[in-house]
Parts: sequence; structure tokens; C-alpha cells
Amino acid sequence: MKIRFWGVRGSIPSPGPKTVRYGGNTTCVEVRSDAGELIIFDAGTGIFPLAQTLLKELPVEANIFITHTHWDHIHGLPFFIPFFIPGNSVRIHGAYDVVSSQGIEQIMNVQMQYSYFPIREAELHARIEYQTLEIGESVVVGDATVTSTLLNHPVIDFGYRVDCNGKSMFFTGDHEPWYNIYEPGEEGHAEYQAMVDEKQRQMDEAVHGVDVLIVDCSYTRAEYPSKKGWGHSTFDYAIALARRAGAKRLVCTHHEPTRSDDDLEKVFAEALQQNPAQSGDPEILLSREGLELEF
Amino acid sequence: MSQLTPELEKRLTVAVDRMPAFPRSVQMVLEMTRNINCLPKQLVGVIEKDPVMTMKILKVINSAYYSLPNKITSVNQSVVYLGINTIKNLALSCAAVGILPRVNTAGFDIQRYLVHSLTTATVARLLCTTYGKGESDPGDCYVAGLLHDFGKVVFAQFMAPEFREALALGDAGTMPLYEAERKIIGVDHGVAGAMLAKRWQFPEQLVQVIRDHHKVDAEPSVMLNCLQVADQICRVVDRPPEERQLAWQSQIPAAPGFGDSLPAVVTGLGDFDKIVAEATLFVQVDKH
Repeated sequence: MKIRFWGVRGSIPSPGPKTVRYGGNTTCVEVRSDAGELIIFDAGTGIFPLAQTLLKELPVEANIFITHTHWDHIHGLPFFIPFFIPGNSVRIHGAYDVVSSQGIEQIMNVQMQYSYFPIREAELHARIEYQTLEIGESVVVGDATVTSTLLNHPVIDFGYRVDCNGKSMFFTGDHEPWYNIYEPGEEGHAEYQAMVDEKQRQMDEAVHGVDVLIVDCSYTRAEYPSKKGWGHSTFDYAIALARRAGAKRLVCTHHEPTRSDDDLEKVFAEALQQNPAQSGDPEILLSREGLELEF
Repeated sequence: MSQLTPELEKRLTVAVDRMPAFPRSVQMVLEMTRNINCLPKQLVGVIEKDPVMTMKILKVINSAYYSLPNKITSVNQSVVYLGINTIKNLALSCAAVGILPRVNTAGFDIQRYLVHSLTTATVARLLCTTYGKGESDPGDCYVAGLLHDFGKVVFAQFMAPEFREALALGDAGTMPLYEAERKIIGVDHGVAGAMLAKRWQFPEQLVQVIRDHHKVDAEPSVMLNCLQVADQICRVVDRPPEERQLAWQSQIPAAPGFGDSLPAVVTGLGDFDKIVAEATLFVQVDKH
């Protein structure tokens, strides 16, 4: 399997001299199965440079998996050039939205409206299919299998695991550790904690034994308390998760948009210091545009 | 017991999607959600006191769209699964449907209904903790208490003429309301509520207790027993404390396992007046 990062920034594209090394595009991760099947996680602005490389391999058969529908994970989608070329086929997968009562097709409907985009969905030439996934549903993509897991974010967010010939990877999309909404001693605390622990246990199971674990690490432990409830994790949570899972490599992503490259390296180094290496630890790295992992 | 006709079932199912929530909860949800730092537990505290919002949230989360391995029975569980922001927006969409009118054409007292449902919920939870001995979940008993009479609100809102007639018959004292409903509407509010709960794929046990809470030959279960006794105790919540005592004195618990003295069961609950006062306070709508 091969992974390439095209967008690693959280929330909003952040181009400029201070983000040149890690990149300013929002989330997009390309995964290739052993047989070369194309799996794309999220359609942030990183999907645009990815799309341009795909023009060399027409016809394109792309399998896009959307972790969740917040803008920074879908706003590159109308610029996915393979849509405009006849003969291509694009399958888009994602969760059902309980609040809007719509399936994953809404991410195109909503964006490709007259006021916001000059082209209508009906004018796209590729074959487009939508598949709204259930929690835990597996999708076979050639020699790979992609399985969804419900995580925790201010909108429904699926983490996805890919298994291919005994190798595996997991991407969280945006995820905040489940936390107890009651204080210790308050009525309901113990009951809620049991549910929180169960959800984390389910996630640990879904992540278990992966070769590569890609986790939302927006915040440092010092920043987190003032961002609680915003839907993102810390380096510390990701490292602990990777250790429990026995992951071989942990990639920290969804970099905070105001963080410069220097700052990012600084907080990363601090996080590693705060979590001293243990035997059996995964290799821990920061995601950056262009980073490639093969395993 | 009478059966639901397909026509009646269709009528009720269509009705509930347009079901407004209770004025006080709507008011509180709107107020709270204007504050970006609103605490999740405060929001849960409001939603779990409103049968309509609770129903709608359980309906969504137990729907086939997610195929959860286990059925979800509480608002808190829904928050763990879907996240507080999604639950907040579901509550707001309930609020957007509108509020239940203070006066409905069926002549049904919704404030009284709500106080009864809330106190029954609290009492059922307490009874489960004391008498359930781990055989039922206190949180599930709370939800059963909150939703057991949901069928009544649906009748009042969408079958007003028939329900008005049933209420009149019940008030005349010749038969209890549930029998009057069976006679006039065809089914009692338990059956109607259970039909909706079943359609929305609520946990089977919850469907059963809602359906059976007025059924004499129902299969007993810890949850049903707790609900029936809680319902019995809370039937008199709108009367003054001394009248409540008098009413309880002449009764034995409506289900087995609670001894033979209803007043003793009530004493075991602690401060019943406080339970009623809290429910009444929640239900009251500010008049500004």
C-alpha cells in the first residue's frame, strides 16, 4: 500500500511563507492499494493538485471517502477535474446526516448551486455514484476493503480503516476524544463514563494493529482545555491511541491553521518530550504535503 | 384488546413528524443554544424532560441509517454516539416545528400530562434502583416513564374530536380513560405510543412496556412493574399532598414485588413533594 498526503491543514487553507514546508491545503489523503486502486480520503483543497496528477492515467476510477461534511473536508470537491472528463468514474462514500436527513449526495448538491459554483452537477461528464454508508459498513475496492467507524465531532464523522493483503491503515478524519459531560460526583457521571469508555474501546478495536495510523492532532495539551468540544484531538491522545493499537507508524495531521512551520515543529518536539519514547513505540511523524509512505 | 387499523396507524405515523414540542423546553433550548458555551449537560437536562424531543432523538438515532449494534435508550447515550452539537441541532429542529398549544381542541391538559410524565419517569428510575436489583436499567425505566403516555399527546394533537369524547367518557367516571379510548378510538394510548416506538425501532422492551402499561394480562417484567407502580403513584400528582396520602392509603402496589403498602413504597422514594415541585417548575412557562 502507498499513502500520499495532499492536504494536511485543518479548518481553512493557510498558504503563505510560514506554511511552505508542511503545506497550507486542507485535508486530502491519497491511498493506493497493492493493485493500484485509487482511494481518496476527504476532498479539501489538497484534492486539486492530486486531481492534476490523475490526468496522466485516464480513465480514472476514483473512490472518495468523506470523513465528514465540514467545508475543509469537501470544498475541493467541485475542482476534482476527473468529474469533467467522460469515461471516468467516481464513487463518493460517506455518512448519513441526521440533521439535514440527507445522504452523502448532499455534499455535491449543496456546493454546486448557481450562487456558489458555475457548473451544475448535471453537466459533469464522469459517472458519479454516491454510497451512504452505515456505521461499520465495509466497502470492497478491488484488493482493498474500507470500513467505517463512527467517531466524535460536531457533525457525524467516520474514521476509515483500509485493509489490503494483510496491511492496514486508519484515518480518523476529525475526532475529539469522547469526554464525560458530568463532573466527578455529579449524578450521571459513572453511567456516562461507562459509555465513554465503551466508545473508546470500540475505536481501539477498529484501529488495532494498523501499519499506519493517521490522527487529527490539532492541539497541544495546553491548548486543548480552551478548545474542548470543538472536535479535535491532541498529540498526547494520538500517541496513547497509537501505543494501545500497536500501530507501526503514527502520522499527526490536521495542523492548526495559525501554526507556522516553525511553531508546528516546536509543539511536535514538545509533545514528544512530554511522551518519552517507550519500547515498541510507533514511529511518530508530522504529515506534510508530499509525504509518501509505502508499506 | 382492540387492534390498530391500517388507516389509524397511517394517520398517527404521519402525524408525529409534525408533532410540536413543549413550550418550556423549546424556550429553554432556544435560550441555551444562543450561548456558544452552553454546557452539554444543561442541554441534556432540558431535552430529557421533553417527551417529544426525546422521542424524536431516539427515533433518529435508532433508525436504519446507522444500524447501531445496540438500541439507544437515553438522551445521554445519543450524545455519546452523535455528539452534543448534532443533538443540539436535532433539538433545534424539534423546536422549529413549533410548540404545543396551551389549549388544544381536545381539551387535554398538556401541562398536567407533562408533570405526570416527568414525575413518573423520576419515580420509575428510583423504583428500579431500589427494587430492580440489576434486572433493569434505571435510565431505561426513566425513559419508559417519560414516554409511557406519549400516545395521549398524539391523540390530543391529531385526533382531537375522538380524544375529546374519550376524555369526557373517562371524566364521567364510568370507565378509565384507556378503556374509553379503546371504545372510541379503537386502541388505547399505550398501543398507539408503542406502535410509533416500534416503527421507529426503539428497543423492544421499551415498546412492550409502553404498549402494556394498561394491559391486565401483560407479561410482567421489572421495567413494566416499576412503570406501573410509578404510574399509579403519580396519578395523583396534581392533588394537594394530604389528598395524595389519602388516595395512596387505599391502594396496594399495582405490580408484584413492591410489598402490600403503596404508602410504604412512596415513603421509600424520599421527598415526593420535591419530585413534584421540580417537575412543576420545569413545566411552567415564563410569561414574558
